[in-house]
Amino acid sequence: MTVSGPADGRPLVFAHGFGCDQNMWRMVAPAFAEDHRVVLFDHVGAGNADPSAWRPERYSSLAGYAADVLEILDELDLRDVVFVGHSVSAMIGVLAANSDPARFGALVLVGPSPRYVDDGDYRGGFSDVDIEDLLDSLDSNYLGWSATMAPAIMGNPDRPELGQELTESFCRTDPDIARHFARVTFLSDNRDDLPRVSVPTLVLQCREDVIAARAVGEYVHRNIPGSELVVLDATGHCPNLSAPEETTAAIRAFLPGPGSSLP
Amino acid sequence: MCAAGTGLGDSEESNEDGDPTVRDSRTVFSSLLEDDTEELYDNAPCGYLSTLMDGEIAKVNDTLLGWLGIRREELVGVRRFADLLTGGGKLYHETHYAPMLRMHGQVRELALDLVAADGRRLPVLVTAKVKTGQEGQPLLVRITVFDARERRAYERELLAAKRKAEEERARLERLTGTLQRTLLPDALPVIDGVDLAAHYHVASSDQVGGDFYDVFPLGGDRWGFFLGDVCGKGPEAAVLTSLTRYALRAAAVNDADPVAVLTTLNTVMLHQRRPGAPRFCTVIFGVLEPDRDGLTVTLAGGGHPPPLVLRRDGEVSPLPTPGGQLVGVLPGARFTAATTRLRPGDVLVLYTDGLTEARRADGTMLEEEGLAEAAVAMTGENADGVVGSLVRLLTDWSRSPSDDTAILAIGNPVTAAAALQEAGCST
Repeated sequence: MTVSGPADGRPLVFAHGFGCDQNMWRMVAPAFAEDHRVVLFDHVGAGNADPSAWRPERYSSLAGYAADVLEILDELDLRDVVFVGHSVSAMIGVLAANSDPARFGALVLVGPSPRYVDDGDYRGGFSDVDIEDLLDSLDSNYLGWSATMAPAIMGNPDRPELGQELTESFCRTDPDIARHFARVTFLSDNRDDLPRVSVPTLVLQCREDVIAARAVGEYVHRNIPGSELVVLDATGHCPNLSAPEETTAAIRAFLPGPGSSLP
Repeated sequence: MCAAGTGLGDSEESNEDGDPTVRDSRTVFSSLLEDDTEELYDNAPCGYLSTLMDGEIAKVNDTLLGWLGIRREELVGVRRFADLLTGGGKLYHETHYAPMLRMHGQVRELALDLVAADGRRLPVLVTAKVKTGQEGQPLLVRITVFDARERRAYERELLAAKRKAEEERARLERLTGTLQRTLLPDALPVIDGVDLAAHYHVASSDQVGGDFYDVFPLGGDRWGFFLGDVCGKGPEAAVLTSLTRYALRAAAVNDADPVAVLTTLNTVMLHQRRPGAPRFCTVIFGVLEPDRDGLTVTLAGGGHPPPLVLRRDGEVSPLPTPGGQLVGVLPGARFTAATTRLRPGDVLVLYTDGLTEARRADGTMLEEEGLAEAAVAMTGENADGVVGSLVRLLTDWSRSPSDDTAILAIGNPVTAAAALQEAGCST
């Protein structure tokens, strides 16, 4: 967990999606540290998070990850939190905010999808076969993981090159946990949780995104009462990396400026 | 290898050695090999692809077009790199490949599947690097694609073998765990006037440990107990532990005298001896006799570290059984008995050498002296408290103890009546 910015600033919590770690936000988060209390963290199994904290039962649904978010907010005693969740963390944020709305001031959902797999008229964009394919891709790149990651995880913390290795390890999560997280992420269905969101919400949608298509972003916007939808000119699923300025500006525009009243 | 980019231009520059004949002959030699970089690009033995930063395909070589069975105009300016991937590959691309490329400017040897025009899947290894402008701004992505059919098949076999090995290991651990539980009591008995606690640590999860203990009724308000350590580990040790446990319990039914019980065990073990397979153990066997105001313990030891007596008043002393020999080695081995009386608040501690042989990182061992010293601070605790303190001592000394350890604590509990009596308020 990384905390920066003034202690009395409005808390801004950034959560990364499936695949990588908090480095996903490193081109966006610093822009807010001037006037916000910025909190970055790694989900269990990713980045620097302790893989031994992972329990299959706890993380068998996104609720376990949402409980972790609430624990972080509790531990830091944060209120009026703006939670910025990318990809699957958008839904993790929705679940957390629904279960303890008092802690949350606003949600920013970047590339959200309440369900990735098609279902009847609903178009998530993927089939069950695609999800099995993804698990295969994870497996195929698993051997590479073992060779390059094992020393970083099991090695000696005194080794100075470790920091470098951990940067290199970006997007290389523990394979067993990643496999499990992939399944939980891409087979989850949170469509019913959307109408229950009671905090001001911004949906940030990329112009073109194969993971969360525009129609999916519009679905999220339609189903979260009073939410705002902003379509970024960026393409791909990671505007926080490919278009950090545009992403930052959109979040800024949604949040009140210094001194003004909260949304 | 795919190294078209470092072709002719580079070699000409590096051959400025002033000798025209050398330069000419090398140039001729090179040009005989490759005189057309464009031709080399198109027909290299790997696929080449260049995309804009958003993935739109800007250039592609003939090799890759051939593999895919797609015409150039169907790709260039029309499709993105991710469009060539399977559905799952697209997910992997967006969640791993694209972020890594943005973050590090390159990705190496990612295993992906391309989908050809006829729907066939082509397992490939993809390496990509961002080409940057003079100010470091990203311009485009250069991608090499290697045919990885055979390699992928081999890796799948490797992965399947690894999975199988992991499953087998889990199965072995379950089996070992089950076997281990049958060699230890499910729970210690609840005895009026006796306070019991135990700890068991197995050093490795796939090997049955060689330490054992038990507490069991002898009838007539007398109880037998033992704690010991058989030689070896694994299945042999499990067999020996089982033999030792049942021999001790059966022997005690006839005559619970500790010296007699150990003598019987010695005889049984000698009968079971096979050439080339040493079978012996160290053990303490004893009898507990609670009465109105105390607890009498009589025990005998065979080659085992003496138990410690922790007196409530802060005194710690071993209870030696001098001359007790290893069990199962010599016919006619000698054992001697010792007796002590536990008053309220006193605790007797039996342990195996995994505790005293715990090593710090610098190699120093706890030893019996170190244990006795540390135990002074544990006097006055009940059996449970003493065991808890000993476990903390053990883990303080060695984060992952490499030897099995068993601890059994037998205490005379401080009852309310005893406490009152002590305070001088006779009831």
